[in-house]
Amino acid sequence: MSDPLFWHRLQFGFTIIYHYLFPQLTMGLALLIVVLKLIALRTGREAFNNAARFWIRIFGLNFAFGVVTGIPMEFQFGTNWARFSEYAGGVVGQTLAMEGIFAFFLESTFLALLIWGERRLGPRGHLAAAVALLLGSWLSGYFIIATNAFMQHPVGYRIAADGMLQIADLSQFVFNPWAVVQYLHNQSASVVTAAFVMVAVGAFWTLRRTHSEVARVSLRTGLFAGLVASILVAFPTGHEHGRMVATRQPVTLAAMEGHFESGSHAPLAVIGQPNVPERRLDNPIRLPAVLSWIAYGDFSASVRGLDAFPESEWPDNIELLYYAFHIMVGLGTIFIALMGLGTLQLARGRLERSRWLLWLLTFAFPFPYIATTAGWMTAELGRQPWLVYGLFRTAEGASPLVHSGTALFTALGFAGLYFVMGILFLALVAQEVAHGPRTPEHGSHA
Amino acid sequence: MEAIWFGLAAMMVTIYVVMDGFDFGAGGLHLTVARQDSERRQVLAAIGPFWDGNEVWLLAGGGVLFMAFPKVLASGLSGFYLAIFLFLWVLILRGLAIELRSHVADSMWRAFWDGAFTVASILAPVLLGAALGNVLRGVPVGEDGWFALPLFDSLSPSSGLGVLDWYTVLCGVLALAAVLHHGALFLAWKTDGPVRSRSRAAASRILPALAALWVATTMATTRLAPEVFRGLAARPLAWLATGLFLAGLATSYAARRAGRDLLAFLGSAAFLLGLLAATAAAVYPTWLRSTLDPVWSLTAANAAAARTSLVTGLYWWPLGFVLALAYFTVLFRLHRGKVRASEMPEGH
Ligand code: HDD
Ligand code: HEM
Ligand code: HEM
Repeated sequence: MSDPLFWHRLQFGFTIIYHYLFPQLTMGLALLIVVLKLIALRTGREAFNNAARFWIRIFGLNFAFGVVTGIPMEFQFGTNWARFSEYAGGVVGQTLAMEGIFAFFLESTFLALLIWGERRLGPRGHLAAAVALLLGSWLSGYFIIATNAFMQHPVGYRIAADGMLQIADLSQFVFNPWAVVQYLHNQSASVVTAAFVMVAVGAFWTLRRTHSEVARVSLRTGLFAGLVASILVAFPTGHEHGRMVATRQPVTLAAMEGHFESGSHAPLAVIGQPNVPERRLDNPIRLPAVLSWIAYGDFSASVRGLDAFPESEWPDNIELLYYAFHIMVGLGTIFIALMGLGTLQLARGRLERSRWLLWLLTFAFPFPYIATTAGWMTAELGRQPWLVYGLFRTAEGASPLVHSGTALFTALGFAGLYFVMGILFLALVAQEVAHGPRTPEHGSHA
Repeated sequence: MEAIWFGLAAMMVTIYVVMDGFDFGAGGLHLTVARQDSERRQVLAAIGPFWDGNEVWLLAGGGVLFMAFPKVLASGLSGFYLAIFLFLWVLILRGLAIELRSHVADSMWRAFWDGAFTVASILAPVLLGAALGNVLRGVPVGEDGWFALPLFDSLSPSSGLGVLDWYTVLCGVLALAAVLHHGALFLAWKTDGPVRSRSRAAASRILPALAALWVATTMATTRLAPEVFRGLAARPLAWLATGLFLAGLATSYAARRAGRDLLAFLGSAAFLLGLLAATAAAVYPTWLRSTLDPVWSLTAANAAAARTSLVTGLYWWPLGFVLALAYFTVLFRLHRGKVRASEMPEGH
């Protein structure tokens, strides 16, 4: 506890998890808003425009919280991880600087036009603003993931004479194969989040029998997008992500799976509690040989367990890592089932009468947030004890002269501030949902 | 190569101050120049489309610093740890105030956020100015390139250093006066009716204070950091910048008197630009001057990333910069003209 490292990790982990609650909705919703506006323009159906206007209001609110929580993230590289910044800035500084100049300017400019400019721009211009925002927010996601991917799987760098990292090949670094897979998986998950939120609001209005047109549009669009994205999250992107971890971070895979002993025909644990002191999984339910197949496409392949690696290479919180990974995958499976069921009932024209399903869909929206948070915890805890995998340990990365009390103080400051902000955000979104879509005369201004 | 990136990073920060400066200033004057709800909405509508983009200059500038001078970013941000978080929290409060105020039609809700907006818009430039003051005064960078400063200590810039002392606070107040003047001229340009006339009056009241603060800060700097002026004398670029800021100040005065709002605002922008450019030229090549031993200072030469990283940055940076300028052009064109009091929609 007197080690500042612990507080730096806590503060960074807490603030990034909190920040990421907002961008995932931003990125997913940006896509769905473009879809709504495209359909409105093609078919001339006003319900799609009204739905788009409502979702743009939610988008604007969410974006504002994303911006104010994102700014501290940028600074914490320097304030809390000064040694890491000094070490890796010559490489990861590239993508972080690119994000600012290529993505954030695009987003902030066109957000203003999307929210304030419907009348000024006309329908096509307004659609163009939505597309620009989609581009900006997805670019922003790419640059930050490329940064993270470098920490997971460093490529395109060289170690300079003074021991610091420098860029050797920009395109190798930016198009890191890890980044591409991680990005596709993460973006699919963002669409899942946005789809669940859209479906929840549509189902809620349907249950209350209000705003029926916009409710129907939101339900349909959300269910369809949610089904497609939920499938994409698992297959191929999640599966590919898993294979990548298996080949490039084998010790991480072993810890994620609670796989203590090496061997062929490795089983996949569906349920179980890792018991690290005893080096085993308690109460497991296992699918024989499935892990070998997932990791290497061959049921008889040998998968190295934790026993194959020195303990100094093990992730330092195996239990949390294991649970986080299993929560993500478990929820992912449920999402496919839930969205599949919803789509089926919709296709049969029975959704509006399946009140139990509407209740379920209304209250399912927190779970994608839980799944994405669990996913990031898997990625970040799995990377331990490295900050840059294989090159630089987390313990070496913190700022040298910041005391633990100081870091605790700022972490508490964030905790208080973000708690109040969370309440405000939920109250304001609830108010918007209660109010429902606005009439066109009101426009979509703030 | 290091010199180019020193210039680019300094330029990004300067653009940030000129851009976010006008919305800080407008915020600082919010309660003074806008009295009724419709007037307050007029002020917010005038900066609404711009403030977030303006803030991105800070992020993009920080990104350039990270990429080109990682050691400066690491040492500076961790050394000013508490002050940085104070600044970040102020920015959070301010962003929320701008975005959330209009969401609830309740007078207490709005009064709260108006107050928060004003306080945050005043604190932010004071902290930024104090940061610049620290750069000019110097910080206790050690042999290994790190330092740590408490928020305040003896309040004297010559012993027991802290982030805040009378000199850095003086710099902060100067920065506040400069952005209030800048924001007043922006509002005079972008609004009409009572908000415009009160903004013009505010600008004329602030200008003498601004001039006096500038003289006081300059005198204090000659005493505390004479090196800065030695740098200034040797560099023609600094002379040009000095000319620019004097001309800008004069223009902002004369044009305001003549009722030419846009020209007055541009004059004030030139003033800020020139002042910061002159400062950058004067301190070059030093980023963080060590008060312990000048050879430990972090400079463009000893704190730069490896050359390949700097060269690589030049491949993509110009494109990004041109794109950013293009977006701002689109934004200002689409929001040209005044935000009129008569057009403030009822309700929200
Ligand atoms: C809705 C959210 C969601 C769902 C349902 C899933 N994931 Fe996921 N997953 C993420 C959201 C996410 C994420 C938050 O987006 C992560 C964190 C880092 C990243 O890029 O994506 C992630 C990371 C992540 C990793 C990387 C761990 C590491 O880097 O060490 C793997 C191997 C998987 N996922 C695999 C899966 C599989 C096989 C799933 C099967 C259904 C799955 N994920 C569902
Ligand atoms: C939204 C997604 C993310 C989440 C939820 C997340 C979560 C976390 C968590 C929980 C930790 C603490 C790990 C520990 O204490 O063991 C952490 C550490 C860290 N993460 Fe992330 N992270 C995310 C994205 C990123 C990205 C995109 C980057 C880089 C650009 C990044 C860089 C870091 C760094 C530098 C640390 C500190 C060193 C460490 O403990 O490994 N993270 N993150
Ligand atoms: C350490 C990691 C991170 C940093 C430093 C960071 C930084 C920021 C900053 C400064 C902003 C505000 C931009 C503005 O003013 O317009 C922002 C917003 C955003 N960030 Fe992050 N971020 C991080 C993690 C992530 C992750 C992991 C993602 C997604 C994969 C992401 C995606 C976005 C998006 C899409 C926005 C747009 C605004 C919003 O969604 O609300 N960020 N981020």
